[in-house]
Amino acid sequence: MAGPRAIQGPAMTDPLKLERRRRAIHGWLLLSPALAMLTVFALYPSVATFWTSLWSRGTRRNPSEFIGLENYRALLEDPTFWKVVWNNLLYAGVTIPASIAIALIMALWANSRIPARSFIRTAYFTPTVLPMIAAGNLWLFFYTPSFGILNKIGALFGAPSVNWLGQPDTALWAICIVTIWKEAGFFMVFYLAALQTIPPDLKEAAEIEGASRWTYLRRIVLPLLMPTTLFIFVNAMINSVKLIDHLFILTKGGPSDSSKLILYYIWENAFAYFDRPAAAAMTIFVLIVLGLLAAFQFLVLERRTHYQ
Amino acid sequence: MSFLELRGITRDWDGQGGVRDISLSLQRGDFLSILGPSGCGKSTLLRLIAGLEQPQHGTVVIDGRDVTALPPAQRNLSMVFQSYALFPHLNVAENVMFGLKVRRVAARERDRRLSDALKMTGLDGLERRKPAELSGGQRQRVALARAAVAEKPLCLMDEPLSNLDAKLRHSVRRDIRALARNLGLTVVYVTHDQGEAMSLSDTVALMNKGQVEQVGPPSTLYNQPATIFAAQFIGEPPMALVEGPLLGLREGLTVGLRPELIQLSPPEQAHLTARVLDCEFLGSETLVSLDHPAGQGLAVVLPGHASQVPGDSVGVILPEQDRRIFDTHSGRIEKASQQNPAALNRQNTAPRDGQTAPEATEPSFDLNRTTS
Repeated sequence: MAGPRAIQGPAMTDPLKLERRRRAIHGWLLLSPALAMLTVFALYPSVATFWTSLWSRGTRRNPSEFIGLENYRALLEDPTFWKVVWNNLLYAGVTIPASIAIALIMALWANSRIPARSFIRTAYFTPTVLPMIAAGNLWLFFYTPSFGILNKIGALFGAPSVNWLGQPDTALWAICIVTIWKEAGFFMVFYLAALQTIPPDLKEAAEIEGASRWTYLRRIVLPLLMPTTLFIFVNAMINSVKLIDHLFILTKGGPSDSSKLILYYIWENAFAYFDRPAAAAMTIFVLIVLGLLAAFQFLVLERRTHYQ
Repeated sequence: MSFLELRGITRDWDGQGGVRDISLSLQRGDFLSILGPSGCGKSTLLRLIAGLEQPQHGTVVIDGRDVTALPPAQRNLSMVFQSYALFPHLNVAENVMFGLKVRRVAARERDRRLSDALKMTGLDGLERRKPAELSGGQRQRVALARAAVAEKPLCLMDEPLSNLDAKLRHSVRRDIRALARNLGLTVVYVTHDQGEAMSLSDTVALMNKGQVEQVGPPSTLYNQPATIFAAQFIGEPPMALVEGPLLGLREGLTVGLRPELIQLSPPEQAHLTARVLDCEFLGSETLVSLDHPAGQGLAVVLPGHASQVPGDSVGVILPEQDRRIFDTHSGRIEKASQQNPAALNRQNTAPRDGQTAPEATEPSFDLNRTTS
């Protein structure tokens, strides 16, 4: 925007300057709705959160006081925080590649000429349309010990009853599976859309050149899907930090923090322990990590991606 | 022994479109154009040769080998697509070498062929560009280069010039011809542009409604069209058609004549009198469109700049030795013996607004029926 500079002119007698000024006002008017929205809903909360994180937790006897980075130091010394960070890394490391791979396979399949194609596409998409809470309850039933469907099936083969959500060894994995189940169908829709933009004569040209289906997939389809993959990757990354509703229904972060993820821990700090400054410090920490990740993705991966 | 042979090829989609019972044969090194209006099945025929479609009946023989059941890669051919089908994420060199890499041609051989092909198509220096960074003509050349490096004896081209502007089309047309000659390629070239087909090919197969209308060298198709459809499709302007009775022939015949063979004359010597519709100055000549109720596409080509006033009546001579006589209903050519030489000199001088000759009022002149 050349706006501010244009306004600084001296006397507005010059018609050219008047016109410039008119344009500048016009520009700022067009900008202002987005500016107002972003300030109120994104910029202000971020700054306020950062400000909060610099103060101590106030009680009736000890009013909150400015303590600088003390909250951050406390955070780094909190073993639960590190446990939660580790859980979250594991969760992201498992669910993102798995759901992207499954989404791609499903999309390739649903894009080929198969009977009942639209039925299959709809079926894959259903988990995404389902409200999170409903999906959570559904899986709660699957995982229930003794009479849950997983254990029922296991019992047919003589497997002992397992409390999937109730033991530290399996709880996080159970959460991962629910996420993969839910995300894969969603990502498949993006892959399906991208696959349909690939002109069919590329396949024919590759066929005439003697490329096998595998070669065509590896050399042509996958590179052309890279922009979609990058988009999905960024989304999956954000989703892995955003997950909270499944935890509410399925485990509440337990047992013994084994399935606790970062957003749930922030929520717990803010609204269960009423330690707002700690929650704010954690939020800032997450914001910084996500920002770095986004920068990496868009600066490094973007360059290796071909956009049509 | 012909190099490419199609025997009774049929392919349709529930009776819609496609091609019916097509037989063609082609010598090694020939340039065959498949010409026809859109929807006549010419692209389908090409895809059947390529193996991208399977025929319901008939066989495709390439180089003495029945390839009907073989996939495209085993038919030993290359193809240039109408859309070029370049891989958008690969640069020019990678696009051209794609097939060679897939077939694991040795690196040194690959580089030699690449530089040859790029030199031949004038793409030197553009190796690292992506297709999106090339002009339409350059993309077209990449597609040609990709077909050339394959060094396959048979090359199929599906309307390769249709996305180029007129000027470029001309120069690429020449390149294609040179490329085919240099590499000794047998080419099957699909086009809807009769000018392209006539200027490029040794043989033209004219198609209409899924069937071959006429096969022959361009000059034969131009001078001796076998059907009314061929007469009307080939040539710019196409053949003029006049109802037979007007020229003293029996009912149900149609006379065709190239406009450049039609002459203007004083009314008393003319075969018929027509009204001037329009004059188009083309530089070296002028095309005068004429209107006569019993004629279609009547025109005269006059040398240099001629000024006929639209609306004027002019006498027209249709030289007998140049006439082609068709059966109006079947659209097929009639034997020359069926002409009635005695009646040829009869005149008909009915201008449009005057007393029309009784023959001319008969609505028997229906071109839509002629090709069925």
